[in-house]
Amino acid sequence: MSTVHAHTVLIVAAILFVLGLAGVLTRKNIIFMLISIEIMLNAAGLAFVAAGSRWQQADGQIMYLFILAMAAAEVSVALALVLQIQHQHKTLDVEQLTALKD
Amino acid sequence: MSLVFYISSFVAILATIMVITRHDPIHALLYLVASFLAIAVTFLSLGAPFAAALEVIVYAGAIIVLFIFVVMMLNLGKETANQEKGWLRLRVWLGPSILVLVLLAEMIVVLLQPQPTAMPAAVVTPREVSLSLYGEYIIAVELVGFLLMTGIVGAAHIGKHKKKNLHRYLQTYPNLN
Repeated sequence: MSTVHAHTVLIVAAILFVLGLAGVLTRKNIIFMLISIEIMLNAAGLAFVAAGSRWQQADGQIMYLFILAMAAAEVSVALALVLQIQHQHKTLDVEQLTALKD
Repeated sequence: MSLVFYISSFVAILATIMVITRHDPIHALLYLVASFLAIAVTFLSLGAPFAAALEVIVYAGAIIVLFIFVVMMLNLGKETANQEKGWLRLRVWLGPSILVLVLLAEMIVVLLQPQPTAMPAAVVTPREVSLSLYGEYIIAVELVGFLLMTGIVGAAHIGKHKKKNLHRYLQTYPNLN
């Protein structure tokens, strides 16, 4: 069986990151934008784990752990914001959420 | 393990494409679970079992459950799917997709420049990860604790249902008029 090359893993991570970026750029619903941000964070974590596995060091997985904790904190605050936005504006369209004061 | 890697990364890319093209939020979330599980298998094939377990537990478990709870609380159903169908037209997604594909092509060209190096087949065990985590990275672990604490407090504060959020200068005091 052939071996996996390091650039193959990084290309997979790049494809996943780019898919998440395309999701953020094309979607107008906040929920879908948050999902795409999760995809991008996950792709960054994949790149870290691949680097840690390439050099046989534990640091890659530790950085992945920190990305994971950051993603969890970010998504909890963002979903609370989504609930408030839906409660106050009755919409999730980002183009209608233009006013800072209500 | 290389065949496992190729299959799981193909599944992950396919599921991610399905996530960003769905109209219904619940369908997108279910494809996102598939994508996360495929990436967990990728981690396993790269020799990172600890990261694979965390991916399943935290991403495919906790974060997806949060998303599904919020989608259920907001009661997003057929209307949202129809709205998304109206928003996702060709001229909306064509421009960003072309730009992003150009970026991807550049990144692939840059990644293919150096001599290819094979990934070692050895496993970075959870023991090494945890020894390093509670050794040299202990200060970062404490900072992550702070971050999670602020996340909890922020979510609890923002999620509170108040009647109206007015700035204090805009509030009218009953004893002034």
